[in-house]
Order: sequence, then C-alpha cells, then structure tokens
Amino acid sequence: MADLLFEIGLEEVPARMIAAAEAELLRRTVALLGRERLLPEGFDELSGAKSYSTPRRLAVLVRGVRDRQDDVSEEVVGPALKIAYKDGVATPAAEAFARKSGVAVADLKTVTTPKGEYLAATSVKAGRTAAEVIAAELPKEVGAIYWAKNMYWRAGKPERFVRPVLWMVCLLGEKVVPVSFGGKTAGRATLGHRVLSSGEPFEIESPESYEAQLAGEYVLVDVEARRQRIRKAMDKVTREVGGARWREDEALVDQVTHLTEWPDVLLGSFEPEYLALPEEVLVTVMRDHQKYFAVEDAEGKLAPHFLTVLNISTDENSAAIIRQGNERVLRARFNDARFFWEFDQRVPLAERVKLLETVTFQKDLGSYAAKSERVRGLAAAFAERIGGTVDAAALDEAARLAKTDLTTELVKEFTELQGIIGGLYAKAQGISQIACDAIYDQYTPASMDDGVPRSVEGALLGIADRADTIAGMFGLGMEPTGSKDPFALRRAANGIVKILAETELSLTLGPVTSLVAKDEATTDKMRGFFRERVEFYLREVRGQAYDVVKAVVAVGSDDVRDVAARAEAVTHVRGGDDFRAVSAAFKRMKNILVQAGFELPGLGAVATGSGQGDAEGALMRKFGVVDAKVRELSSQRAYRAALEAIATLRPEIDAFFDQVMVMDPDLTVRNGRLTLLAMIVASFSGIADFSEIVTAGSFALGS
Amino acid sequence: MQATKEKKALTFQELLFALQKFWAERGCVLQQPYDLEVGAGTMSPDTFLRVLGPKPIKIAYAQPSRRPADGRYGENPNRLFRHTQLQVILKPPPQRVQELYLDSLVAIGIDLREHDIKFEEDNWEWPVGGAWGVGWQVMLDGQEITQFTYFQQCGGMDLDPISGEITYGLERIAQFLQDVDSIYDIVWARDPETGAEMTYGDVRLHEEQQFSAYSFDYADVEKLWEHLNLYEAECKALLEQAKTVVSEKNADALAVKRFPTMGAYELALKCSHTFNLLDARGAISVTERVGVMARIRNLIVGVAKVYAEQGRVVAAGVGA
Repeated sequence: MADLLFEIGLEEVPARMIAAAEAELLRRTVALLGRERLLPEGFDELSGAKSYSTPRRLAVLVRGVRDRQDDVSEEVVGPALKIAYKDGVATPAAEAFARKSGVAVADLKTVTTPKGEYLAATSVKAGRTAAEVIAAELPKEVGAIYWAKNMYWRAGKPERFVRPVLWMVCLLGEKVVPVSFGGKTAGRATLGHRVLSSGEPFEIESPESYEAQLAGEYVLVDVEARRQRIRKAMDKVTREVGGARWREDEALVDQVTHLTEWPDVLLGSFEPEYLALPEEVLVTVMRDHQKYFAVEDAEGKLAPHFLTVLNISTDENSAAIIRQGNERVLRARFNDARFFWEFDQRVPLAERVKLLETVTFQKDLGSYAAKSERVRGLAAAFAERIGGTVDAAALDEAARLAKTDLTTELVKEFTELQGIIGGLYAKAQGISQIACDAIYDQYTPASMDDGVPRSVEGALLGIADRADTIAGMFGLGMEPTGSKDPFALRRAANGIVKILAETELSLTLGPVTSLVAKDEATTDKMRGFFRERVEFYLREVRGQAYDVVKAVVAVGSDDVRDVAARAEAVTHVRGGDDFRAVSAAFKRMKNILVQAGFELPGLGAVATGSGQGDAEGALMRKFGVVDAKVRELSSQRAYRAALEAIATLRPEIDAFFDQVMVMDPDLTVRNGRLTLLAMIVASFSGIADFSEIVTAGSFALGS
Repeated sequence: MQATKEKKALTFQELLFALQKFWAERGCVLQQPYDLEVGAGTMSPDTFLRVLGPKPIKIAYAQPSRRPADGRYGENPNRLFRHTQLQVILKPPPQRVQELYLDSLVAIGIDLREHDIKFEEDNWEWPVGGAWGVGWQVMLDGQEITQFTYFQQCGGMDLDPISGEITYGLERIAQFLQDVDSIYDIVWARDPETGAEMTYGDVRLHEEQQFSAYSFDYADVEKLWEHLNLYEAECKALLEQAKTVVSEKNADALAVKRFPTMGAYELALKCSHTFNLLDARGAISVTERVGVMARIRNLIVGVAKVYAEQGRVVAAGVGA
C-alpha cells in the first residue's frame, strides 16, 4: 500500500473553472482506482482522498492505494468433450484451447452443461501493478476533464485542455509513476510561487510531504486554508479603520481565492468626494472591475476604503507601492464613472425614450421603443385587474422610461447595472419615488437567491417585461430546448414565478400568459413552460420533494402562492400515522368509485348517503363537520390545518369500511354511499393529487 | 508617493526602446508600425496574416491604434482616440512564455517582488476577422497592462502552429511607471542636456482634439459611405480575381506569388476604419450595423483564406 499524489501544473487556469475541475479530478481518480480494484478495503473518500488547487495547479492525494490488482481467475468453456478427444487422445481442438487458455492439456477440466459435456479451463488473468494502471489510465481521466473553454497549443493539435501543461508530478509512495499528458511526463519536480519562490523546480519527496513542501515555496495549496487566510487578513486590515467592516461577498472571496497561491490583503483608500456617486456604481466598480471588497462604517454606510487581495506577501515598502498603484487605478475608474454620471444627466430619461427606437430588442420583435410600448400596455392591464392598490400612473411612467438607461454611457460601461442606473437617474431627475423604485427593481430577482421588487409597481413592471419577452420569443418559435436557452427565457420565467410566490400580488399565471400571448397555441405552450418553472421553483427554492411537487401541481399551478402553500402543508403532514391511514383509505375509496364506474359529482352536489347503518351515519355527520372546516381553512390557505382536519376522519372511515358494504345490491343505497365517498374524495383532492405521493416503502397511493 | 519617485521612471520613448530591445535580444524581428489606420496591433498584417500558415515567426512592433469612438477631445485623462500598443507575436509560443513576458517587465524597471501580478482570464475575439484566442489580461497592482493571447483561429481557420500574442498598452504602463493620473502628464521625452521634458500632452493633445472633432462632428457621412463602398468594391474584385490566379492549377508561379493579397487586405482595413468613423459619427443604425459588419467580415475572412492558400501554393512550388 502506498499513497498516490498527482499534480498537474498549468499556466494560470481561469478562476471560474478551478473548483469544478479540482472536484472532477478527485472524482475521476478515485473512480479509476475503484474500477481497477486498487482502492484499499473500506475506503472512505472523505478521509482517504483529498484534492488541492491553485491557479497554477490541480492535485489529488489518495491514501493507501493497493500495490497491485488481485489476479482474476475465470472459467472458460471450450470445445465439446466428444470433439476434444478421439479414442482418449486429445485432438488439435483440445490442444488449441489449452494453448489459448495458458494451461497444459492435462490440466483441462470437464464441465457438464445442459448441452452435454464440455472442456473447461481456469484461466488466470494476472493483476497489473498500480503503477502500470495509473500510467496507462490516468492520462485519459485528465484529458476528459470538462472545461467551459479550452484550447490547443501543440503542433498537430493532439489534445485540448484549458491551458498548456507545464509539468506533472505523480508519486506512488516515493516512486515516480511516469504519467504522460499534454507532451509532458510526470516526475517529482514542481514549481513554487511565481515570484516568491526561487523559480527553480524542486522535488516532492513523498505524497505526505506535498502540502508542507509547497508551503515552503510560498504556495498554500489547500483551497480552504487559503480562503481562511484571506478572510482573516481582511478582518485584520479592516480593523485599521475604527468601527469599519468589510462587506461580505462570498462569490468574490471565492474568486480571489482561486486567483492566488500565497494571498495577502491590503487596505486602500479613495477620496471621500467620490462617495457623492451612487453606492451601487462605486461598489460595482470595486467588485466587478477591480475585484476589491467594499468597506462600510459602523452604520453600514460605504466608507472611502477598499480591500484588495494580493498574490504576494508584502513589506512596508512594497505595501506602499502596491497600495498606491491600486488607489490610482480606482481613482481613474471612479473619475470615469463620475464623468459618465454627469454626462448622461445632460439628456434626461424622458428625452431618451425617442432614442430607444434605434436600439434593437430583437430583429423580429422590433426596437426597445416598441417593447416599452407593449410593456406599458401589459402593465396597465395587470394594474387594472389588481385594482386599487396600484399607482397606475407611476407604473406607466416607469414602463415608459424603464429601458431608457440602455442609451446611457454609464450602462454601456457597467451593463450589469441596467435598471439600477435608470432608477438612480430617474430619482436625480425628480421622477416620482414609486416610478424610480419600479425602474430600479425591474430586473429583480436576477437569480433565485435574489430578493423580489420592493413595490407592487416594481413587481408588475418586472412581470410585464419578462412576460413580453417570453411571449415574443415563443411566438417566434424560439422557446428553450434541452440545455439551449440562448435568450435566458427560463431565468425570465423563474423571475416571474418567484415574484408571484414571494409578494402579496393578487395575480396568477393565467392572465400573465393569456394577456400577452398572441394566440391560443402560444398561450398553451407558455402554460406548460410556466408549470415546469413552478415545479422547478418548488423543488429548488422551496426544497419540496419531487412527488409532493407533482401532487400539488396536478391540482393546479396558476396561483403560485397557493400551490406553494399546499406543497408545504402536504410535506408537513405526510409523515403522520393518521394522515397515512386516511390517505390509504382515500385511495381505497377512489378505487371503489372507479370500479363502480361512478362519475364524480359536480360542484354543489350533496353527500346524501343511504341513510342506513350507524357507521355510515357517523361518517356522514363527521364528514359534514370536517368538510365545512376544510373549505373554510382552504379558503384561508390554512392547508396544513385542513389536512389535519381530514385526518381526524380516521376512526369513522375505519369503522365504515369495517361495517358497511358499499356495493349494496339496492341501487339507491349503493348510489347514496358512492356519492358520500365521492364527496369525501373531492374534498380531499382540492389540495393535492395524492396518487402522486410516494409513501414509505415506496407504496404509492392511488392509481 | 516617494517609493516609486526615487528611481527615475522611464520616459514614454525609453519604455518603447526598452521593450523593443528586450524582444530584439530574444530573437524578434523589429518591424515598423503599419502605415494604415488600424484599431489594434492585431490588425496589422504582421499579426493577422503572419499567424496564418505553418511558417514560424518572431516579430515585435509598436502600433498606433485608432478607435474613433473612444476619442474624448483630449478631455478625459484615461481615454484616447489613438493609443499605442506594443505587439509581440511568437509563433509558435516558446516554453515558459509567461516567464519570458515577466522578464520583460523587469527590463522596464518593474521589481516583481514589489508588485502584485496576476494573470486573469480574458479571452480575445475579433468576430469581423473570424479570429479568437484564449488568454489573460495581466494585472499589475490592479491595472491591466497587457493582453496575452494564444491565437486559436484566424480568418475562420484553425491555426497550426498557434501563435502567442503579447500586447502591451504603452500609455497605461507609462502612467503606471511614472505614477501619473493623466495620460497627458506622461513624460514622453527628457532632454539629456537641459532636462527639459516633453509630455504626452505636448506631443499628442492637439491630435486628440482634432481627430475627436473630425470623428464626432466633421466627418462627411455621405462621403464616408462612398469610401466604404469603393474600398469594398475594389477588395471584392481582387478576391474574385484571386479565385483563378491563386490556384495550384495556375502554371504561372510568379503570378501566384505576385498576386496582391496584401493590397486586398489594405482595402479591407480601410473599410474597417471607415466603418469605425461612421459608427463614431452615429451614422450606422442598429439594423444596418449587423449587415455592414457582415460585409467587412466577408472581405477580411476572404483575404485570410486567399493568403493561406497563396502561401500553400507558393510553398508547394506548384506550377513553377
């Protein structure tokens, strides 16, 4: 047994790709060793394997790799006995079989099969050594790693990889395994930090010493350790400013972790006069363009400082130089932003409406001016449905101006701030606060982790804008297929679903699709599309189980808040004994009704019963009470209480099935009882289709 | 402030000298700037055409690059109508080319231990030239100073061997070395006798003012369209002739060799620059834009294909 270390040294790998590639290299290496029967017995991936990465390397360490595969013996069946021997003498057929199997004729056996007696041999396939397997197979695994964008660099293009391979280390214990990939063959030499180390290759002694040896050459190869070092250093330098905190930004921490091998942090400052610019602009410049962290004061307001994460350690002299350089760059960027901010205001948003005629939204759907007009109409229609609470005039103004910021220099420079910039300009130009906020929030939520618009007007504008895009694209037959969604229509629909689910807006998907689609066929396609998005939302955002989602969506998904409430209620009660018993009983009722060919009565039907039998009477009386309660609770979306009320029917239902024969020969009695069952089933079915629910032991209720 | 001011930073022209000397000493041919309007060093035939085909080359040159829409009448301290790139093409790229590049920073007075250097992903693409590559922007203390690209395709054709392209932004680096906030304050030259300084502003401000005014206010839109059409027509005519002349079936080897593909390329470059002027002038509507770009793409990609074929036919010695 020996530990395996594999490191591949590369020219700087894009930060966004490193984490996934590191995980994939680990997964592939462990899978390879498992497949090749080289993992130790009882191998546990958490303690037995580890992966590393920096911008310049990916590495994996697997402990206790077996020295060689076990030999495998298998029985091979040869020619029939009567062909193999003539008069007790082996024929050429027997000899050939023995040769092929690697055994002497004398060692051949006889086996009895249904077709008669046959010759057989035990052939032993010798196991390969771990070094052989790794040298032969690991290159294929490395070559198969997925990269979002790769390149070729060698003449004749023998492989594509993320960046040129510079070196590889592959050690099994202390021995080198000569793995070859990308024109390099693994040895034991690696490189340290580009600047801080000597720059000369140095040898890794053993897998165990890898981490420490690299740390000695200024490479912190463990990603988590690097992340923690960065966080600590940021805390420390921020303390130089009394009461200040750096603004948490996990994605950015992640990014800088993957941009450094030996990180350090510097605090820089900028002139307080720039704080007059909108905070959104300042933070975007710092985060997106410079990868700086913003610093805020004790009240949470932006402070005139920033943090930059370096890939080098500093002394007082170099810290001063690097700080000064970064401060100059930021000053230039802020200057640019201020120039644009002031320049753009010379042409107010209202005058920019006309300019939108020259900005194409989509070639068959016209300009942004045309889109804005459509969105205005749609937003007005939504507002009318909702009534009183909406400021229709402010919503209309917001819809008219929403896209005008696309013509500003600031948005051309910071495209990620579209909408937000429009909202800020609108505010600076004295437009009503409600309209400003709606413009500002129009692209919220940008992702499923994001919030929702702050106002009903912002929510309606966001829905109208996205619905117009989806309907337009669907109308052109450009709906998403499989992994292809070039116009991000799924994200747009997810945004609508999230807004409907997480605001108090009294709007359902029905009008969102029917008011915007150009024809019936498009409406239908959009409905199906939205149903999928609702399911996605319930699963991914609300964490509901797959079967619960299916069950509640089957009853209807137009009202997103309602379907979410039903899903939560079902999840809550599904484990209870009474609920399970009642569910099973309902499934039985449903089957009886189906077998009787009984049509479920329409709304307004009355559970008549047959008027015979104590158990039936008891069930009828209890159902009357429970049904009224369920209706009342359902109308308040108190679905959990409604389901719990239904579960209280258990004793009466049990008694009913014990004592009552539903399929009474008397037709009137029978129909009375069937009607009762049908009403019970109907009362239950308004919340979810329980035939979709998977119960313990994967016993599915319903048909 | 004191930290960098103690050592006297290179002037703008010394910076150019130092980089040219560095690359010349590493085997690069020093070429002069291309004498036609281009938007980037990549568009010079010394890059765009030389990266095609199998022939290795190491070449470096400074390239004034015109981007009419970026002009700011000389009023913005960080934006220029015309900036200067130092372009290095290494075909094929040598081993440890990044280290070679870092050595060039040392050669212009940057002590790597006193700075924060990162190679951050930045992929380059010139759709009009059917060209793209992967690479990095090199960040020095938060400033992008160089674009480093491994060319993968050019003229819509896979490259084999590939080229490494290093593009230094000279103004940015000079600003960095001299620690000045405005491009116009860069010291361009210092008189060795008197110590008198000429700044970037002294040398170039009037150009920025006048060319911004030309691009945004004066350029005659109608004439520009005519120019564009004329250049395009002539380029297309040449590409048409290339179909019969540049062919292995052509027995006249000299005619193949002399076919003016580079002339066609210049005409295509003229179209590109004229397009940029029209764009700066706000004369290209969104609907027209895609169409005009496709026209220019046809020319440039067409030229690249002819150039590659010409190289192949000439190298094969067919018809000789």
